[in-house]
Amino acid sequence: MEVEVSQLVFYLLSFVIIISAIYVVTLRNIFHSALFLILTLFAVAGIYIMLNAEFLAAVQVLIYVGAISILIIFAIMLTSQLANKQIRQSNEQVMIGIFICSGFLLASLGSIANTVWRIVEKPLPENNTLTMGKLLMNEFVLPFEIVSIVLLAALIGAVVLARKEGA
Amino acid sequence: MNEYAAVLIFLFVGIGVVLFTFFLARLVRPSNPYKAKNQNYECAEPPIGSGWIQFNNRFYIFALIFVVFDVEAIFLFPWAVAFGQLGLYALIEMIIFIVILLFGLFYAWKKGVLKWV
Repeated sequence: MEVEVSQLVFYLLSFVIIISAIYVVTLRNIFHSALFLILTLFAVAGIYIMLNAEFLAAVQVLIYVGAISILIIFAIMLTSQLANKQIRQSNEQVMIGIFICSGFLLASLGSIANTVWRIVEKPLPENNTLTMGKLLMNEFVLPFEIVSIVLLAALIGAVVLARKEGA
Repeated sequence: MNEYAAVLIFLFVGIGVVLFTFFLARLVRPSNPYKAKNQNYECAEPPIGSGWIQFNNRFYIFALIFVVFDVEAIFLFPWAVAFGQLGLYALIEMIIFIVILLFGLFYAWKKGVLKWV
């Protein structure tokens, strides 16, 4: 019973992901595409929960659903030609897109099939976030501090770029 | 895993309530569409121009800074959960992490991008 329910939820989430992803690339209004992108990312967070990665799901909701989607919507709203209904807002290079995407799909399927997955036989830690916090503060302290440098670089880069075009 | 069944039920009930309300409204409301109903609402004045306007570029830099500090907040969560078992060392690490990022905020402030002109 338990397995069946989780399978049902998985298929439901996959359905939402696939349908909304198709809407993202086919809708005529780019703003509506962005809204469906948010739905896609949200459903992916559900998949993370099903994989017992609660922290990753929280990250997905906070960063992608919360922040990145805001950024995308802002980028769309800041576009000067948004009001121009004459401009086609959908992809005009469908054939090339299909070609590249199927190539990428084949390549990734091939590498997934050929990889020997190193599966750890240990049971999952009881509290994911706690384990992660301990590791972050002990074993991975240097990468953790380097992350802040990377974020600082991103912040300064954003400021420099925004100043140049804004003035 | 099972605790998330409650989340799922909440989600379904939430969507269901909205759909049911719309369905109920469709049953009782009269249908009388005319052009003025689809107009943008601008304090009862006739609207000027389209609702799809170009927003001020300055919003974007705020969004970018928000994303950076959102990522920072993500790193605060596992730290906060594990803090009770880590002690002073972890506190110093996190202070270094935040201070490095505060340099960025200070830089943005000094450069004047936070000022709304």
